[in-house]
Amino acid sequence: MRHLLSIADLNKSEAISILDTATELARVSDGAVKKLPTLRGRTIVNLFAEDSTRTRISFEAAAKRLSADVINFSAKGSSLSKGESLKDTAMTLQAMGADAVVIRHSASGAAQRLADSQWMSGSVVNAGDGTHEHPSQALLDAFTIRKHLGMGGSDLAGLSVAIVGDILHSRVARSNVLLLSLLGAKVTLVAPPTLLPVGIESWPATVSYDFDLVIPHVDVVMMLRVQQERMSDLFFPNAREYSRYFGLNGERTANMKSGAIVMHPGPMNRGLEISAEVADSARSVITEQVTNGVSVRMAILYVLLAGGALEVGSN
Amino acid sequence: MSVALSAQDITRALTRISHEILEKNQGGTNIVLLGIPTRGAHIATRISSIITSIEGSEVPTGTLDITLFRDDLRIRPPRAIMPTKIPTSGIEGKDVILVDDVLFSGRTIRSALDALGEIGRPRTVQLAALVDRGHRELPIKADFIGKNLPTARSQSVRVLLSEIDGRDEVTIEEGVEQ
Repeated sequence: MRHLLSIADLNKSEAISILDTATELARVSDGAVKKLPTLRGRTIVNLFAEDSTRTRISFEAAAKRLSADVINFSAKGSSLSKGESLKDTAMTLQAMGADAVVIRHSASGAAQRLADSQWMSGSVVNAGDGTHEHPSQALLDAFTIRKHLGMGGSDLAGLSVAIVGDILHSRVARSNVLLLSLLGAKVTLVAPPTLLPVGIESWPATVSYDFDLVIPHVDVVMMLRVQQERMSDLFFPNAREYSRYFGLNGERTANMKSGAIVMHPGPMNRGLEISAEVADSARSVITEQVTNGVSVRMAILYVLLAGGALEVGSN
Repeated sequence: MSVALSAQDITRALTRISHEILEKNQGGTNIVLLGIPTRGAHIATRISSIITSIEGSEVPTGTLDITLFRDDLRIRPPRAIMPTKIPTSGIEGKDVILVDDVLFSGRTIRSALDALGEIGRPRTVQLAALVDRGHRELPIKADFIGKNLPTARSQSVRVLLSEIDGRDEVTIEEGVEQ
């Protein structure tokens, strides 16, 4: 595996081996010395042409724990804000000898463009491209679900997950639907019809418009952020109405299965899609998702940068 | 293919190694056994149970994966990372016995020493190997050896253990240069 652009590029055994690698790497994060020499001498560039806190910091921490050198490159305060093209930026990075580029971009397909071009020779990791995909987020979500609810197996067979909210604008939802169904989980999408994309019938998931009907039957409720910055139209009448029908509050969580967990990729709009009470409750694994993100991203960098094709289970 | 060690030979060698470990360390009170996955870990478990049967007390036993510390990560395909399990007693001030199946170039052991350094500072680090096949590329030597097997570089040594391979046996096979 050379690039990580989309969950659609992974098969089941590749996905599981990334999760297994992350499980072992998580022990490093628990240890006294949080550092491994594995990627010493490699240069990883974080190219963030769109705002991000946790994903960028998470990739940076992951790379540093593996001893790679990290260069951060964000849109603000760089030549990107002067209108430099992706091509010129990529060629600059190539000239600096980047072994991998972690790219976040507002245009869907930006990571694919970078990987397919001959502009640079390093690995490309998609850290979110427009409304297309966010594969590392899906992997860390699957990792978190497996850690909490996995029934001893390596996949997520038998589990039921509801993804709730702004599916239309969510790259997290796209990557998660692909990965969770690849790993054998049953996915239900809950959203108002206006926030569902065209062609939703072809997704490996069922659709519901009624959150209250779905909530007692699922093991995981994954809330999505309402992405007001991507909304050029009016998708729901007002925030209060959205919150009443599709927000997760204490009353709704009371109907959840015992042991079921609440997830959110962050950043949260407290009071809109999730109430503060739920976000801080015992069911919430939201901060743990952030912790797991570092281990999963270490696994991704290890798999992409430590050599050629991934050998599974070999010694 | 020729059989270098039979199941009985392996049992005898591991019994002898267990006694040697106890003799050298004046008993089993301060030792920690760390097997290098996959087969070294199984051998460590066996040595541990032999020591328990001799001494009557349990020896802390764990595994130490060295994948992330290898020096050939840039030239070989990435390998799956195996579990590292350090006993709760830790390794600080302990006599750590590293256990591996075959001692060859010595590079695995170099990586293991680096990996240990990230975990703590043992009082001593010793090395037990079921087979020493020579061809060292680093100044590393085993303290406890099951069997010295003179081999050519072109040959390969295979250790089979009942836990994963269904039977105990060490064979030498003619093969490609490793």
